[in-house]
Amino acid sequence: MGPLRVSRKWRAAMLKLKNLQAGYGQMKVLHGVDLTISDGEIVALLGSNGAGKSTLNNNLSGVYKPTGGQILFEGQDITGMRSESVVDLGIVQVPEGRRIFPNMSIRENLELGSYRRGKERRTENIDKVVAIFPRLKERFGQLAGTLSGGEQQMLAIGRAMMSEPRLLILDEPSLGLSPLLVEEMFSLIQSLNKEGLSIFLVEQNVMQSLEIADRAYVMENGSVVLSGAAADLIDDPDLKKSYLGL
Amino acid sequence: MEFLGITLPSYGWPTIAGSAISGVFLGSIYALVALGLTLIYGVLHIINFAHGALLMLAMYAVYFLWSTFGIDPYLAMLIVVPGGFFFGYGLQRFVIGKASHGRDEIILLVTLGVSIVIENAALFFFSATERSVRVPYDLDGIDLGVTWAVYPELAALGGSFLITLALWVFMSRTDTGKAIRAVAKERQGAQLMGINVEHIFAVTFGIGVACVAAAASLLVPTYAVHPQIGSLFVLIAFTVVVLGGMGSFVGALVGGFLIGITEQLGRLYLGESLGVITISVIFILVLLFRPTGLFGAKS
Repeated sequence: MGPLRVSRKWRAAMLKLKNLQAGYGQMKVLHGVDLTISDGEIVALLGSNGAGKSTLNNNLSGVYKPTGGQILFEGQDITGMRSESVVDLGIVQVPEGRRIFPNMSIRENLELGSYRRGKERRTENIDKVVAIFPRLKERFGQLAGTLSGGEQQMLAIGRAMMSEPRLLILDEPSLGLSPLLVEEMFSLIQSLNKEGLSIFLVEQNVMQSLEIADRAYVMENGSVVLSGAAADLIDDPDLKKSYLGL
Repeated sequence: MEFLGITLPSYGWPTIAGSAISGVFLGSIYALVALGLTLIYGVLHIINFAHGALLMLAMYAVYFLWSTFGIDPYLAMLIVVPGGFFFGYGLQRFVIGKASHGRDEIILLVTLGVSIVIENAALFFFSATERSVRVPYDLDGIDLGVTWAVYPELAALGGSFLITLALWVFMSRTDTGKAIRAVAKERQGAQLMGINVEHIFAVTFGIGVACVAAAASLLVPTYAVHPQIGSLFVLIAFTVVVLGGMGSFVGALVGGFLIGITEQLGRLYLGESLGVITISVIFILVLLFRPTGLFGAKS
């Protein structure tokens, strides 16, 4: 987009995936993925259902252990690290389907977001989160399961923000939201990024993701088939042909 | 009065009230055993078949602390409750969790296996002999007018309320308690927030066993210890959990009292042996008409 975004390209690499392989038992899902996210970037990972996007996320977050390759975070090898330690490092995932705690209040959901950070800056961080999402404040004592889809997505992001992330992984944040809310969600992601948060945006919503991302990777059947600056990819005939089927 | 061809005796209200009150005391013990069971079910989604065996083991611990060191059964709580927690934590983390590879049906079988091992080990080491603790105050108590309440009964009642309250405060006020509730409903969401799910499972199991250990301390002054005592209580505790609603603390407490009162009134009217079937009748009726229990969430 602007010159500011281009200048980010030569910032230090924050996260680096080297030939990452993963799967479930005998089934191989990721066949050697190489990917880099630099400090302060929005990087989009695009691909249809079953391309392996969520598998990649869950291997990053320590839910599953990769079968091969390496994950480096600021030079440190974090391949196969446990989820708790990944969160401690500042890598936090907002999962597909939100996975908020439906039986607990909004407040309790946010409190558990800072489970690894303790109570030190909890009140302060809750204030920050409700400043971003005023609608959560209105329903503070309400059970999270009673929220609408859009509000649940806000809660899921707010909960993740409570752990003071440095890299936020968003898995399909626009899924199931109305077009208006999608718009709102994407501009929110942009403003979080402007505050200095690096964002890994995993989406099926190709065009809108490319509009806010610095760079993007396109995945198909567990491999990266296309990558580059988002601005270039928007006009890429290959993307339109092979991925969008236009 | 006649019921199902059996002529029922008629009693005055003081006898009935007295019987119901002793049912409340008995029910408080059932509630305590059920509390641990319902907690473990609510979080791990498994029925802990080893619950009765662990109760029996804790009762032996209380007994031996008394017979060997002269420690009062109630004072022994300070030892067996933390002991029960750590034993339960280790059992879940290093035996049940490891052996089950995350599959619920295997966890069920592993807890069954653990109970068989514990019960037979108890039979081997302690023999089938009944052992009882004698405390100087076991027959003292207060006069309630319609019945005489001994101190051990009052302690059981007070203990069950205090422990339910403590558990409720723990679950709603502490981070660990909240993490337990989070893991109960949304394992992966909890893991992604950095909650160590295996640790939380083990803590939950540990608290469940700690409850059973507290129940053991409260039971020993009035019940003799033998290797089969656990299955006696746990069968009733299952009924309490189903009646109260799987996973509900309040359900365990209320269910415990209801079952205790039913059992005592059943005994009063139907006699010692037939009276106990009222529990099974309730169990079947609940399953037929309200399978989620009195306080259970409809899922």
